[in-house]
Amino acid sequence: MEYTIFILLLPVLMFLFLGLAGHKLKPNVAGIFGTISLGIVAVLSYVTAWNYFTLPRVNGVFQALTPLKVEWLHLTDHLHIDLGIFLDPISVMMLVVISTVSLMVHIYSMGYMHGEKGFQRYYAFLSLFTFSMLGLVVATNIFQMYIFWELVGVSSYLLIGFYYTKPTAIAASKKAFIVTRFADLGFLIGILILSFFTKTFDFTELMNGTAEPLLRSAAGQSFLGGSVLAWGLGLMFMGGAGKSAMFPLHIWLPDAMEGPTPVSALIHAATMVVAGVYLVARMFPLYIDYAPQVLAGIAYIGAFTALFSATIACVQTDIKRVLAFSTISQIGFMIVALGVCLGKGEHEGLGYMASMFHLFTHAMFKALLFLGAGSIIHAVHSNEMDHMGGLRKYMPITHITFLIACLAISGIPPFSGFFSKDEILSAAFEFSPVIGWTMSFIAGLTAFYMFRLYYNIFWGKEHEHEHTPHEAPLTMTFPLMFLAAITLVAGFIPFGHFVSSNGEVYNIHLDKVVATVSVCIAVCSIALATIFYRKAEQPIPDMLGKKFRKLHTAASHRFYIDEVWMFVTHKIIFRCISTPIAWFDRHVVDGFMNFLAWSAQEASFSIRGFQSGRVQQYAYVFLVGALVIIVGLLLFI
Amino acid sequence: MMFAGIFGFFTRKNTLAMLISLELILNASDINFAVFNRYLFPAQLEGHFFTLFAIAIAAAETAVGIAIIINIYRNVRGIQVKDIEEMKH
Repeated sequence: MEYTIFILLLPVLMFLFLGLAGHKLKPNVAGIFGTISLGIVAVLSYVTAWNYFTLPRVNGVFQALTPLKVEWLHLTDHLHIDLGIFLDPISVMMLVVISTVSLMVHIYSMGYMHGEKGFQRYYAFLSLFTFSMLGLVVATNIFQMYIFWELVGVSSYLLIGFYYTKPTAIAASKKAFIVTRFADLGFLIGILILSFFTKTFDFTELMNGTAEPLLRSAAGQSFLGGSVLAWGLGLMFMGGAGKSAMFPLHIWLPDAMEGPTPVSALIHAATMVVAGVYLVARMFPLYIDYAPQVLAGIAYIGAFTALFSATIACVQTDIKRVLAFSTISQIGFMIVALGVCLGKGEHEGLGYMASMFHLFTHAMFKALLFLGAGSIIHAVHSNEMDHMGGLRKYMPITHITFLIACLAISGIPPFSGFFSKDEILSAAFEFSPVIGWTMSFIAGLTAFYMFRLYYNIFWGKEHEHEHTPHEAPLTMTFPLMFLAAITLVAGFIPFGHFVSSNGEVYNIHLDKVVATVSVCIAVCSIALATIFYRKAEQPIPDMLGKKFRKLHTAASHRFYIDEVWMFVTHKIIFRCISTPIAWFDRHVVDGFMNFLAWSAQEASFSIRGFQSGRVQQYAYVFLVGALVIIVGLLLFI
Repeated sequence: MMFAGIFGFFTRKNTLAMLISLELILNASDINFAVFNRYLFPAQLEGHFFTLFAIAIAAAETAVGIAIIINIYRNVRGIQVKDIEEMKH
């Protein structure tokens, strides 16, 4: 499978080509170039997936392959950083997800970004992002993953700040970069701790038992009440929490919606934000064997984040913000699913499979939702729900595909979201009923806010438009239909045959009780949303909003988490730590250097009279000096 | 003789005159070498050789000195010592 290298090479070459020569091309030509290269990458990914999953299993498990591995940086014999390609079920699955969504976004952007200034630059950045994301998932070792992890952060920064003349976009891009970078500090420390104790970065060595004695000894050493391994893995999750927008590091994701909508679909819904989930899944054997308490903590963080952001999503009025909070909530689901795993066995490891399954289905339907939202924004030129309403007549394709995605995310059979969410709920009920019921409640909230969104956009009161909204061009509707088709059928993929916690075949069987309960909850929530928001007049939500005014205001201000962070950074970190350090730097460090410079200057001022330029004076001084020396020698020797 | 040269070197305003004074200093020391060799170590010839050597060096040094003075003249249109005080920069 050496051809997999082209999956990485093509996008990076396209980035260089479009970045360096793009401005000489016509915008459309640049777009077509980018799309074609991504098309080839997608085909290659499908071929890889096909070839990989048709390989014979060994002991009932798909073997992990390393088609390519180069030593990149040699530190010591034990510690070297490699670059390469690592194929196992989850990385192959991610290849398919990323290249599909990215291809759809490339096609969609041809219509959506048509006529924008910097079209070529946009495609160059898209290629860069695709390259880094693909590199991240096929990483052979943690360090390669970290390199691409940062590249993903940079390309996300570039794309959020694509409209660089808009102050809000600049602020959002900086916020996204700084928050995730701050979290990556934890990731880096985690990597260093882990590699310090295991003497390796390599996933294969970590997982196949080569490093087991070292891991055991690391798990035995305790530090501040936990084993060092648990600390390392916990810090690594901090990096994952930053990228995957887990509470309290979620604040960058809603603001990241300032970027172009296809970018939100690609980066902030389908691919980059699930990097944290992918990281935990990748390190899953270590978590489950050596730090189950960290894994449980991850589950609680995920559950809280899911609940928290689902409540916020119920009151936001910007449609992209609603989708952003819904993304955070759904990633919370995936994280919970990983966290509630109790072991690697057939049944204990259900959450792992469920999480990956949900990652797959969510990537498809959430990209669909975002692209649909983009098409709506394209038509009405606004993000606000109030400016929409009654759009179903004007945009039939967008309407139908959006509805499919809403049903999928709400968990209505036979759409894909139902199957994956059901697995997550069963896994959560296995772990603890509290988590199980919480997640079911959140699933209900999800259905409610998604249909609130749906009704407010497509039904309800029609807004006065400057010109009649019309359906988007084919370049934009084709990706919608394609993703909708995937959303319709993806649930029937026997996902457990490809990905499961121990690699063996897992037959998905629906837990009838859980399925019935979750469908009931979803249907009730949808009915509630229908009653609330179907009509042009919406008396009940207004009434509720007045009754719970405090809660409503708090939720629409996102529970003031941004303000808390502002307080922490500005009032505490800046004032108590940064200001004294700045004072010390300016007055003590700089002061010392300035003193040296000042004293040298003063000294040279006082002796510069010696250098008069008069040759005879020099000779005179020389003579006097010579005489003094001679006299001195005569006298003292 | 030597101190006449040193005096001239310190007091002349003209660089050419300074060069001539320098020659005086050298000549004085050459004579010293020759004379002291003759009276103190008549059997040896180092002093005489050194004198010959110093004469050759003095000739070369004068050539260099003249060349420098000519260059100074071309640059500042004068060969007075006070004209070349800018050399300190």
